[in-house]
Amino acid sequence: MRALTWHGKHDVRVETVPDPAIVNPRDALIRVTSTAICGSDLHLYDHYIPGMQSGDILGHEFMGEVVDVGPDNSALTVGQRVVVPFVIACGGCFFCQKQQYAACDNSNPAEKADASEIAYGYPMTGAFGYSHLTGGYAGGQAEYVRVPYADIGPIVIPEGIEDDRVLFLSDILPTGWMAAENCAIESGDTVAVWGCGPVGLFAIQSAFLQGAERVIAIDHYPHRLELAKALGAEIIDYEEVKVREALVEMTGGIGPDACIDAVGMESHGMSIDNVVDQVKASVGLGTDRPHVLRQVIMACRKGGRVSIPGVYGGFADKFPVGALMEKGLTIRTGQTHVQRYTEKLLQMILEGEIDTTFLISHHLSLEEAANGYRMFKEQQNEVTKVVLKTDGRRH
Amino acid sequence: MRSPVHDSSTRAQTRSSQQQRSPVSIGLTVAALTGAAVLGVIGARALSRNSADVGRRFRRIVDALTTHRTANGADAAEKWEELTGRTVTINRRRHELYAFWRKFSNLARILENIESVTEVDERRSHWVVRAPAGTTVEWDSVIVEDIPDELISWESAPGADIANSGRIDFRDAHGGRGTLVTATIAYDPPAGAVGKLVAKLLQREPKIQARRDLRRFKQFMETGEIATSRMNAEVSGDRSSDEPGANVRASISH
Repeated sequence: MRALTWHGKHDVRVETVPDPAIVNPRDALIRVTSTAICGSDLHLYDHYIPGMQSGDILGHEFMGEVVDVGPDNSALTVGQRVVVPFVIACGGCFFCQKQQYAACDNSNPAEKADASEIAYGYPMTGAFGYSHLTGGYAGGQAEYVRVPYADIGPIVIPEGIEDDRVLFLSDILPTGWMAAENCAIESGDTVAVWGCGPVGLFAIQSAFLQGAERVIAIDHYPHRLELAKALGAEIIDYEEVKVREALVEMTGGIGPDACIDAVGMESHGMSIDNVVDQVKASVGLGTDRPHVLRQVIMACRKGGRVSIPGVYGGFADKFPVGALMEKGLTIRTGQTHVQRYTEKLLQMILEGEIDTTFLISHHLSLEEAANGYRMFKEQQNEVTKVVLKTDGRRH
Repeated sequence: MRSPVHDSSTRAQTRSSQQQRSPVSIGLTVAALTGAAVLGVIGARALSRNSADVGRRFRRIVDALTTHRTANGADAAEKWEELTGRTVTINRRRHELYAFWRKFSNLARILENIESVTEVDERRSHWVVRAPAGTTVEWDSVIVEDIPDELISWESAPGADIANSGRIDFRDAHGGRGTLVTATIAYDPPAGAVGKLVAKLLQREPKIQARRDLRRFKQFMETGEIATSRMNAEVSGDRSSDEPGANVRASISH
């Protein structure tokens, strides 16, 4: 089959690779019809995430048609259309039973789990196409994908619903929803969202649906700020004003009740701390560039809530722990427990409460995927979301 | 994972004040190791010391394991340290886990390096374990103690290629979280050139090897399968070999 493979920093290629097949009894084999490039794929593209190997197939937002199922998978049948959560979760462990699917204890293969256990204290959960820290599973920017525990993860899509309306159930829509949920929004709240990429935009949408009175969006790309505005958010261009001061003014001195860092480890901007972070990262003295997180913690009101859907992988320098403690902030974060939200969000899509198609700026074929990465990386103003279509033929 | 250790009721944990004083040695009583792992630890240390000491040290360790009695507290702590591992909580009832383990032929499905375990009769089983350069080592194992739903211990019959002893305990986890599983296995590598090869193969990150085997046991019991990122039956999803001992094997062939 054809698949997008990683070979190093800024080096991804569409190649012919071996076809996947059913391996374990609960597996399903999916013929991918649509797959997207995620903002977090750019962290791999930029080689900020360790544990990558040349030839790894990327992609964790995908959907398609079931073409084969394992002998113990009675939940799916061949021919069904499904969206696949990027988190691989077994459904049977302590964590899955608490619906903390992104903490599943079993999906990271035994021989792969050591690295993340050393890095984070406990082994990470498996995920598609996201380095060998999360299991080294082949991803969805491919014609076919082997999906483990497919009897509990994939969600079946009714006939007649086009891919673009539901594809983002795989990751960014539940991620935006959980980001807002982690803000524990109360009536009258103002929520500030850093980063108007896909997750930030979905977090804005979700925050309103969860009862926020106001949402303030922060970015520097005019087009992305326009999209945020169209969703009902007030906007701050951080290249034009000082963010914390603007937020203080806009909230009458109280500050935002909840703040969402939808940027993560690769913040942009030329502030002094960010430039220093970039230098440190480039010489190996630090890993993450937490400029946004610092600003979030400083800007959040006393006793407020901080939600971090943005991805971090290593260590942050100059973390304002004093502000965090003295202001009594609550932080909630984590990879998304996708399986917890898919049913509810699919229902909201079908009922017209949520539309995600506004986000898609480009449709490309899988063959053009490498170009899609370049565009997404280099033209972030115009390129808000790239969806890749496969023709399904085996090459 | 602190509470199961401190609240544990195993005899091993309550006998020695030495163990209770040191968090490390307390943790050891819930050691869960594969043979490969412990062979590595003991083998490596034994070889680096006086080889005449090997048999004596091994017997002391096995004695500590099987009787949970120690003549000398400090000495015992040192021995337990060599068997460090950890507990695993499996979201299944004790009986189910005990029954799986009691059928020794099941173990080849979850333990790395084990090629096969054949049950000879109710108490005796024959083990075939992968060794360097495509060879295998074999022995017969005999059940020493068997308390349904609680513990199984076994040791190799006289004349084994590698003398060994093992034990697995099952206790209810707190809060209805399933079962705490504790496994401890000690091996004594044979002397001579073969022994050195075996030790070299297996001394690679023994604790890592141990927790991998525990993870596989947990995966199999909780999900009915063993997690793998392989794309299909032939092709590994991974281009670097994770096969245990692969690095050592490569270096041996040079």
